[in-house]
Amino acid sequence: MTMNIIETSGLGKRYGSTWALRECTLAIPAGHVAALVGPNGAGKTTLLNLAVGLAEPSAGGVTVLGDKPAGSPAALDGIAFVAQDTPLYKNLSAADMLHLTRNLNRRFDQPYAETRLAELGIPLNRRAGKLSGGQQAQLALTLALARRPRLLVLDEPVAMLDPIARHDFMATVLTAMADDGVSVVLSSHVLAELERVADYLILLSRGRVQVAGEVAGLLASHRMLTGPTTEADKYAERPVVHVQRGGAQTHLLVRATADDPVPPGWEAHPVDLEELAMAYLREPGAGALPGPSRGRGTQPSEVTR
Amino acid sequence: MAIDKGNAQAGRSGASLASAGGGGTPGGGPRGPGSRIEFRLDAASGVPTYLQLVHQVEHALRLGYLKPGDQLPKVRDVVASLAINPNTVLKAYKELEVKGLAAGRPGQGTFVQATLSQVALPELAGLHKSLLGWLGSADAAGLDEDGIVALFTSALRDFYERRGGTGDRRGAADGGTEGVA
Repeated sequence: MTMNIIETSGLGKRYGSTWALRECTLAIPAGHVAALVGPNGAGKTTLLNLAVGLAEPSAGGVTVLGDKPAGSPAALDGIAFVAQDTPLYKNLSAADMLHLTRNLNRRFDQPYAETRLAELGIPLNRRAGKLSGGQQAQLALTLALARRPRLLVLDEPVAMLDPIARHDFMATVLTAMADDGVSVVLSSHVLAELERVADYLILLSRGRVQVAGEVAGLLASHRMLTGPTTEADKYAERPVVHVQRGGAQTHLLVRATADDPVPPGWEAHPVDLEELAMAYLREPGAGALPGPSRGRGTQPSEVTR
Repeated sequence: MAIDKGNAQAGRSGASLASAGGGGTPGGGPRGPGSRIEFRLDAASGVPTYLQLVHQVEHALRLGYLKPGDQLPKVRDVVASLAINPNTVLKAYKELEVKGLAAGRPGQGTFVQATLSQVALPELAGLHKSLLGWLGSADAAGLDEDGIVALFTSALRDFYERRGGTGDRRGAADGGTEGVA
């Protein structure tokens, strides 16, 4: 049985009278790139902050790296976190940032960091604030990876980057995963590029977990059915997640596998990750959560596989 | 499942991030000197990423770019150049192993085990050339690309129907190209 890199149980966070996250019960296994997807204000950053120990839960609990309480010294030692706005001291040089990070952490791989910055063409004496956006992101990532974490947490890592910087940033993350087996949890609303990167998906909506599971399993358990609009309402064999209705033709995204029967006159197609995520995001009431591993889901939904 | 292989891979390449050195541009992709093919991805194809990798290896095997004993690109090199999940590459290589086309060697990488090419390279080149000649005359006759594909597909079908049965892969490559040329 694989270790869970993040596990939450009834986790909630309230700011004033508003719940930013509610009844969040999740078990993210190690060895994946898990993508946390959802509209603005869905609770992505709140969940990440709770997992890395930057915020205290208002309800429930969260453990990381197996069974370590979030925020405990053992947890902090094994997690590296890069926050949304590329947290660097803009007036410090890259060399000073390395020095600072090395002194603030128990473990820091200085040769790795220096080699990496040389490969990236980032001069050590350049002030962080003078680097390009892509270079700043890479510097923050290098500092995080040089700590040799077992879990790398990235909050909207590529939102501000151009396509090439985005590609290079993710290449660095995924190469570290290939080399060290570091697990990755990242939040993003760039859906289109997610399919290449993420193999575990968590959809958050209005502070609640809507979908959670391995991408391969989620894709295998959903189909797009296309057929005549006149018969669209008669389909009842499997749960319908989202309906796209045209005058004559209608698309139904349903929870069905390739083995499930297709009604006469209808065509079934596989779905991709973006289609799947979009369908659920448009239907905040629908849910697909793994049943057996966790007792209590946030939605009374069926098992996805 | 993939985690075990992932870790094995990690142990295999050791501290290669640090030692990869000058070869690696930032994610631009260090090119392994031993890798005979480069993968590319078509985002618009709708084909899952791991299957695209499988198809490209099969394609290279069919055309003789890869032969038994050749090493497939190292997982980390593919990851670095395409910025894709390492588990995706492992899944593709696993699929090639299941098909009997490749085999993993502990501590070294994944190597081609079988071939799909039925014709030697010079012969392939000759067939390719005569096909280009045919394409030239089709173009001169006013056929566009879709028309050429339609005509070729229909001729291919006729050819096998006349021969009786659809024939296996071997027959398809041999006869098909000859028939057209």
